[in-house]
Amino acid sequence: MSHHDVLHPETLPAEPEKATLEGRNKYLGFWFFLGGETVLFASLFGTYISLRNSTADGPSAHDMFGLDLVFIMTILLLTSSLTSVYAMYHMKNNAFKKMMLWLGITGLLGLGFLSLEIYEFTHYITEYGFTFRSSAFGSAFYTLVGFHGGHVTFGILWLASLMIRNAKRGLNLYNAPKFNTFSLYWHFIDVVWVFVFTVVYLMGKVG
Amino acid sequence: MKGWMGKLKVFSLLGFLALALAGCGKENLTALVPKGYGAHTSMKLIILTTIIMTFVFLVVMIVYVIVLLRFRAKKGQEDYIPKQVEGHIGLETVWTIIPIILLIIIAVPTTIATFKLADDSDAKDHINVEVTGNQFWWHFNYDDEKVQTSQDLYIPTGKKVYLHMKSSDVIHSFWVPAIAGKMDVNAENTNTMYLKADEEGVYWGKCAEFCGDSHSLMDFKVIAVSPDKYEKWVKDMKSFDPDQKPETAAAQEGKDLFKEKNCMGCHAIGSSPIQTAPNLTDFGNRSKLAGVKEPTKENIMQWIQDPESMKPGNKMTGKYPAVSKDEAEKLAEYLMQLKPSDVTPESVSE
Amino acid sequence: MSVTATQKRGLGSAIWDYLTTVDHKKIAHLYLAGGGLFFILGGIEALLIRIQLMKPENDFVSAGLYNEIITMHGTTMIFLAAMPLLLGLMNAAMPLQIGARDVAFPFLNSLGFWLFMLGGILLNCSWFMGGAPDAGWTAYAPLSTTSPGHGVDFYILGLQIAGAGTLMGGINFLVTIINMRAPGMTYMRMPLFTWTTFITSILILFAFPALTIGLFLLMFERLFGAAFFDVSLGGNAIIWQHLFWIFGHPEVYILILPCFGVFSDVFSTFSRKRLFGYTAMVFSTIVIAFLGFMVWAHHMFTVGLGPVANTIFSVATMAIAVPTGVKIFNWLATLWGGRITVNSAMLWSLAFIPSFTIGGMTGVMVATVAADYQYHDTYFVIAHFHYVIVGGTVFGIFAGLHYWWPKMFGRILNEALGKTAFWLFFIGFHLTFFIQHFLGLMGMPRRYWVFLEDQGLDTGNLISSIGAFFMAAGVIIFFINIIYTAAKGEKVSGDPYDGRTLEWSIASPPPHYNFKQLPLVRGLDPLWIEKMEGNGKMTPAEPLGDIHMPNNSFIPFMISFGLFIAGFGFIYHNDNMIGTIAMFGGMAIALLSMLTRSVKDDLGYHISKEELEKEAE
Repeated sequence: MSHHDVLHPETLPAEPEKATLEGRNKYLGFWFFLGGETVLFASLFGTYISLRNSTADGPSAHDMFGLDLVFIMTILLLTSSLTSVYAMYHMKNNAFKKMMLWLGITGLLGLGFLSLEIYEFTHYITEYGFTFRSSAFGSAFYTLVGFHGGHVTFGILWLASLMIRNAKRGLNLYNAPKFNTFSLYWHFIDVVWVFVFTVVYLMGKVG
Repeated sequence: MKGWMGKLKVFSLLGFLALALAGCGKENLTALVPKGYGAHTSMKLIILTTIIMTFVFLVVMIVYVIVLLRFRAKKGQEDYIPKQVEGHIGLETVWTIIPIILLIIIAVPTTIATFKLADDSDAKDHINVEVTGNQFWWHFNYDDEKVQTSQDLYIPTGKKVYLHMKSSDVIHSFWVPAIAGKMDVNAENTNTMYLKADEEGVYWGKCAEFCGDSHSLMDFKVIAVSPDKYEKWVKDMKSFDPDQKPETAAAQEGKDLFKEKNCMGCHAIGSSPIQTAPNLTDFGNRSKLAGVKEPTKENIMQWIQDPESMKPGNKMTGKYPAVSKDEAEKLAEYLMQLKPSDVTPESVSE
Repeated sequence: MSVTATQKRGLGSAIWDYLTTVDHKKIAHLYLAGGGLFFILGGIEALLIRIQLMKPENDFVSAGLYNEIITMHGTTMIFLAAMPLLLGLMNAAMPLQIGARDVAFPFLNSLGFWLFMLGGILLNCSWFMGGAPDAGWTAYAPLSTTSPGHGVDFYILGLQIAGAGTLMGGINFLVTIINMRAPGMTYMRMPLFTWTTFITSILILFAFPALTIGLFLLMFERLFGAAFFDVSLGGNAIIWQHLFWIFGHPEVYILILPCFGVFSDVFSTFSRKRLFGYTAMVFSTIVIAFLGFMVWAHHMFTVGLGPVANTIFSVATMAIAVPTGVKIFNWLATLWGGRITVNSAMLWSLAFIPSFTIGGMTGVMVATVAADYQYHDTYFVIAHFHYVIVGGTVFGIFAGLHYWWPKMFGRILNEALGKTAFWLFFIGFHLTFFIQHFLGLMGMPRRYWVFLEDQGLDTGNLISSIGAFFMAAGVIIFFINIIYTAAKGEKVSGDPYDGRTLEWSIASPPPHYNFKQLPLVRGLDPLWIEKMEGNGKMTPAEPLGDIHMPNNSFIPFMISFGLFIAGFGFIYHNDNMIGTIAMFGGMAIALLSMLTRSVKDDLGYHISKEELEKEAE
């Protein structure tokens, strides 16, 4: 396939993200990467679970966590996952503008999530003096939730650079795999959040 | 070339001869001459597994040697193409099943022994000692008897002695190869193991978990004595009066210096619970200085003046004002006469 | 080392070529050179250890320096020598074995190498910047969290960077093997080395992230005041041991499985027989890998996990002996009835069988919990893992190097030198390590800076030290062999051994596009099949056409370099302003390089059909 066919295809196939060998490689490779990421987060969850009651007489999960804020955060992130599905749907239909619109909404929802998380952390630090260094629980909490937050931040930056770079050139066989990869990544951090919500917040408040 | 090879042969022969003479290592240190319950348990498994594994090794080697003798390419075979065998279900099943059987033979006694060694349900009926691992020394607190000591652990022969072990800093591991296997000494939890020695003796103990600069110098002794002697030792230790007047004048001056230099800020003499540094109650009876050195006066003086030269990274260096040679000698005099009991390492090691 | 070509182009352009290359064959050269360099460093450290332990209470090095040496010996040999050398062999042979023109992610391949190399250099910079890490290669907390100075910080950052590179390598090989096999190359026709590369890559993918997190926790604790392992704030240092060994145990299979692949290929080639029980060999590899994830706590039998956990992990560990035993017997059965040629590659492979069997046997012995209470953390364990890692991995690397050297460089390593190196190393190896089994049981714990007089340990340690010098002599002769071969070595054809697999169907060294036309694979040992049917060469699966190739890129080096600078920054940011600047500056370099990669189109280039036809003339 010549460069011209890749960058300026006359028609897009049904699955543009997997039309080239590079696209297929990227798709499969990214799945493997997410497999590695799963172990990464599993290790963090393991650490958190074994330290979640090690508060060293500092504030505990039960003292601090408020489920209402976390609930809103969850809604924002889950919705953003849904909007990225819409974006991919439009990608497969070669509707570039609609894809960009939904990706934009995805990014904004992610930003909303991130702002609330920053607010949440600030709240714990100012209200309870609960920091990264307070106790083993503090270290484990900020590390686990922070790693997730870091992933969200990276995702937003990634999305922004993708959207800006491709704003004017439409879909082709070269950038379709990139959009698709981003969407996989975004789903992944969404799934991780479901576990964060359950293990950190629900178990912290109830368990 | 030939001479060199010859020398090499003689040399390696001598080496192995020397090794055979050394046999199983130094008695009361080596795990190969077990003298306690745990060590016997391990040794039985070591022998069992060695026999089974040697058998496996021999089978492999017999096939291997036959292969090398029979199937090397010979002259005139350049174009010979061997039969391309895909496999053989029967053979492959055999060498899958037989190892499984061998492993079951090993796994069953292993499991039994592991649970036996971990069973501490009868601890309260026996002697219990709290063991603390420190960089780079050991503390022993006989809580029920109200006796504190460091470096030398006294136990009665033929009786279980439970050790409840914890670290004050990094991870250590308590190992007396001749009596029992090892157990880690962690800061976050108390690990329990027990010792049961067959016969009287001074057994070498070592720290087996890498713990810093003087990890290799963190030795201690387990002194197994008859139950009668043990009772006597406990009685002597309990009745020891740290304030009693030393016999010689030099020792008395040393005693004053000990107070003056605030050695007692870290080192307890008697049953005081201070554990910042080794308890010195029976210092005069110790078989080794700092676990590894001969307890001569010169060595003790050197230790007092410059512990770093004997045990790198120890926590004593720099914690006290300079000590002159004269003062060191007096302190040594004082410490060396701290002999609360006549049940000593010498009395059993003859 | 295509010396002649290099000289023609001039040194500068050759260096630039290697800095920017994305060709898996050149990346293999880089891995072998980098891994070889660190292997020498780790070897020197080993010699220093053995000199110190030559006699009782020796004062050749101080306690502090000794601890740095043992830490760096272990870390260097595992992460910076054995792994990259294996990745080098994988890069050199695997794509050729499956009939691919390159790997799936050539750019990532290059990035993986540079991350490893600069991570390794960062780690070794510690020697000149206040002292190397001294908490052992296992870096157990809280010894590692409380170790003064920056030594352990170098360990953390160096391994973090190098480890990221390895992870990329793993993903790259997985996708390559799944997506880029030549027509007809089904999974069950892949050479064993490709299979073990595949399974090793899965292990890398699922094991390394645990180390990544472990290192992050250690880093946060040492550099940012976290309290994961600090008991006074509720921390628990045992977590580090779990994370380390969840990574660490699969890691030893990462080191050994590729070598199983090398031996399988070598035995098959030089006995002129197909591998006996191919299917069983594949599945036993999978079983070993699977069990490899279930046994990490056998490194922790004395931690106090309780008899239930200990027994479960013990039995799971013993189970690994079964598939391993199957392999040993299948190799013997492959040799049985064959026409065995004993050259250097074969010598290393043949020597592996008894050596590794001993290592496997002692493996079962240390898995026996109640006996392990005696073995654990003693020289018995040192002996055990050197028998498997040297007797398995190092022998395997040497076998692989001898085997594929002609494929990589077009010249075959000298046999006389090769055999001399082998015998010296082999004798030295057993002299060094066999006696250590007994030293351990006689009461010598590992990581002892000195052993005392009159404890019955003198003779054994002396013998062990003498053995180490034999090993060193063997390695020196091997390196002389490399230089000799580069200068005067015999040039060989594409198929010097009457080979069986695809890599022997193309020229030595291969053209940069590997296969002009992708070959059609008709079974296991495809080249052998064609030879037996009288064709002598592979049938093409496609007409001659344009070949798509990836562009070279300097960005992988820049990303790695940015992280290298940031590594120093993280280490020193608490000390001074320059550290903070380096931290942000380095991260900026890395991230901007990544951004450049992301926004700049890189579609590669094509070698036209006409060019290919011209080359053929």
